[in-house]
Amino acid sequence: MKILVYIQRDGDSIGRNSIEALAGAQKFAAELSGEVMAVCLDSSLTEKLTGYNISEVITVSHDGLNTYSPLHFTAAMEQVIADVSANVVVFGHTYQVRDWAPRLSARLNAPFISDCVDADGSTGLTGIRQVYQGKINTNISAEGLVLMSFQSGAFRADSVETGSAAARTMDVDLSSVPATIRPGERFKESKGGVDLTRAEVVVSVGRGIGKEENIPLVKDLKESLGAELGSSRPVVDYGWLPHERQIGSSGQVVTPKMYLAVGISGAIQHQVGMKGSDNIVAINKDPNAPIFEIADYGVVADLFEILPKLSQSIKDYKS
Amino acid sequence: MKICVLMKQVPDKDAALKINATGLGIDTSDLTFVTNESDSYALEEALLLKEAHGGEVVVCTLGADSSLQVVKDALSKGADRGLFLRDDAFDNLDILSLSKVFAAALKDENLDLIFSGLQSDDVGNGQLGLLIAEHLNTSHASLVMETEMVGDSVIKAKRELESGWFQWTELDFPASLTIQSGINTPRYASLRGIMMMKKKTIDTKSAEDLGLNLTPQTSTTKMYIPEKTKETVYVDGTTDEIVSKLVDIFANDIKVL
Ligand SMILES: Cc1cc2nc3c(=O)[nH]c(=O)nc-3n(C[C@H](O)[C@H](O)[C@H](O)COP(=O)(O)OP(=O)(O)OC[C@H]3O[C@@H](n4cnc5c(N)ncnc54)[C@H](O)[C@@H]3O)c2cc1C
Ligand SMILES: Nc1ncnc2c1ncn2[C@@H]1O[C@H](COP(=O)(O)O)[C@@H](O)[C@H]1O
Repeated sequence: MKILVYIQRDGDSIGRNSIEALAGAQKFAAELSGEVMAVCLDSSLTEKLTGYNISEVITVSHDGLNTYSPLHFTAAMEQVIADVSANVVVFGHTYQVRDWAPRLSARLNAPFISDCVDADGSTGLTGIRQVYQGKINTNISAEGLVLMSFQSGAFRADSVETGSAAARTMDVDLSSVPATIRPGERFKESKGGVDLTRAEVVVSVGRGIGKEENIPLVKDLKESLGAELGSSRPVVDYGWLPHERQIGSSGQVVTPKMYLAVGISGAIQHQVGMKGSDNIVAINKDPNAPIFEIADYGVVADLFEILPKLSQSIKDYKS
Repeated sequence: MKICVLMKQVPDKDAALKINATGLGIDTSDLTFVTNESDSYALEEALLLKEAHGGEVVVCTLGADSSLQVVKDALSKGADRGLFLRDDAFDNLDILSLSKVFAAALKDENLDLIFSGLQSDDVGNGQLGLLIAEHLNTSHASLVMETEMVGDSVIKAKRELESGWFQWTELDFPASLTIQSGINTPRYASLRGIMMMKKKTIDTKSAEDLGLNLTPQTSTTKMYIPEKTKETVYVDGTTDEIVSKLVDIFANDIKVL
C-alpha cells in the first residue's frame, strides 16, 4: 500500500495542513502496513521534507508549476501518481486543494473522500467525514486508487514522525496542458477599519438571530460587556453586518479572553477563526450544535429569552 | 449565452436530525427541505448575467420527487427551463458517480457556463462543479465572489483564497464556476414569475434515458452523531437562573466584568 502525501508550500515553509496530513498518513500507514511518500511541486522544500519519516520525497520542478495553476497541477500530479503507483493520495483540505483535487479525481476515476476529520486503517482505508454542517459523522470506504483530504486540525502537526528520507526529482511533461484557465496575481482588499484581533471580549452573532431587526439585541449585549461585535458569514452575506465583522476562514482570526457565540452553529470554517479563544461561551437552542464541541460554557436555550435579561443583569452588576 | 445552474435540495439547517433505521442515513420523514444556500447565489449570478448579456438559464437538480420544488422556485425567479434527474438508482451514488450522471445529462446542451454552489450543506463534498468540468473538458474556477464578462466567450472570476487574499482568473468558455455565498443578493420570486413558471418546461431524465448503469464507487459504512470530547460546563435552569449564573461566570471565572 503506497500512500502519497501532497505537500503544499506556504511562503517559505511547508503548509501546516500538509504537515497535519503527513502526520495522518503516517498514522494510518502503520495500521495498513503501508509506505508513506511525499510529493512537492516545488523544489524549495526538499531539504525540510527529508527530515520526516517518509520513504521517499519526490520533487517536481517545472516552470509551469511556479505559480498555482489548476490544470498544470492536475496534469503534474497525474504523472507523479502513475510513476509511483500510489494507492492513496492524501491532501490537506486547503482552498488550493479544493480547486484542483476534484478535477484529478474525475481524471483518474478515483473517488475523492474530501474534508475528512480522521481516517481508520484498521479494516482497509476508511475516511471519516462530517456531514450536515458538522452535526453528523460518516465513515466512507473505497477500493482501488483513492484521494483523501483532511480538514485543518484533523491530526496534530506536532505528532508527525521525524526521520530521514531519500529524495529524488521527477520530470513532468506539461506541453499539452491547455491555457483555458489564466490565473492572475493574488491580492488583498483594503481592510475595513475594525481590528477584532486585539479585542478582549468578542460577542459574535450568527444566523440564529433570525433577521436584521434583531441585531440590536446583540449590540446591547456587546455594549453592556464593553466587547467588540463579531459575526458568522451568513450574517455578513445577508448584509446585516459589514464584512469587517466576519470571523472565520474567510474573515478575521480572533483569540480574545472571552468569545460569546450567540446563535452560531460552529461550522469548521467559523471555528478556525475563534477556537483559540481563552474561554468560549455558546448560546444555542440545539444541544447538538457543533459549537458545543469547543465551548467551555454552554447554554442550551432560546437566545431571545436570554439576551435581553443578560444585557440588563450585566449593566446592573456593573453599576 | 447558455448557462446551466446546478441546484440541490437539502434539509433546513435548523432541522433536528436523526439517524434512520439502517444506520447509514438520516431519517427524512419529518424534515423540512430548502434550496442549498450557495446554489441560490449561483442562480442569481446566472440571472444577472443573462439580463446583462442575453441568453438562457437552465436549472438542473438531481434528487427525490420533493426536490422538484427547487426547480420550480428557480423557474419562478426567472430561469427558463428545468432539467430534473430522477431515478432510484441515483440514491446511493457517491459524488464521482453522480458527476457522471450530470455530465451525461449536460454534454449535448451546448452550455457556455455551468454554475454550482461551492458546497452542499448536507454532504458537503465541495466537488461537483469541478468533477463535471473535467468530464466535459471545460475550464473552471472555485469559490467565486464576483464575475465579469470579457468579450463574448471569456469570463473573469474573482476567487476567494485563504486569509483575506483574492485572485482574478480568466476562463475560456465553456467554463464551470462554483459560487461562494455572499456574491450578490438573491431575488425573491414575483407573483408574475410564479404565474409564468407554470408554462415553462421541465424535462425529467432517468438513468436509462441517459444510457447509464452506475454502481457506487465508495460505500458508507456508518453514520452517527459524534461523541462529544470536550468537557463543557452547561449552565442551566430557568432563564433568570441562567442569566445570574452567566453574570457570575463572566465576573468571577472568566473575569471580564
Ligand atoms: C470555503 C468556505 C468558507 C467559509 N468561511 C466562513 C467564515 O469565514 N466564517 C463563517 O462564519 N462561516 C464561513 N463559512 C460558512 C460556514 O460553513 C457556515 O455555513 C456558517 O459559519 C454558518 O453560520 P451560522 O452558524 O451563523 O449559521 P447556521 O449554521 O445556520 O447556525 C445557526 C445556529 O443558530 C441556532 N439558533 C437558531 N435559532 C436560535 C434561537 N432562537 N436561539 C438560539 N440559537 C438559535 C441554530 O440552532 C444553529 O445552530 C464558509 C464556508 C465555506 C464552504
Ligand atoms: N443532487 C444535486 N442536484 C443538483 N445540484 C447538485 C446536487 N449535488 C450537488 N449539486 C451542486 O454541486 C454543488 C456542490 O455540491 P457538493 O460537491 O456535494 O458539495 C452544490 O452546491 C450544487 O450546486
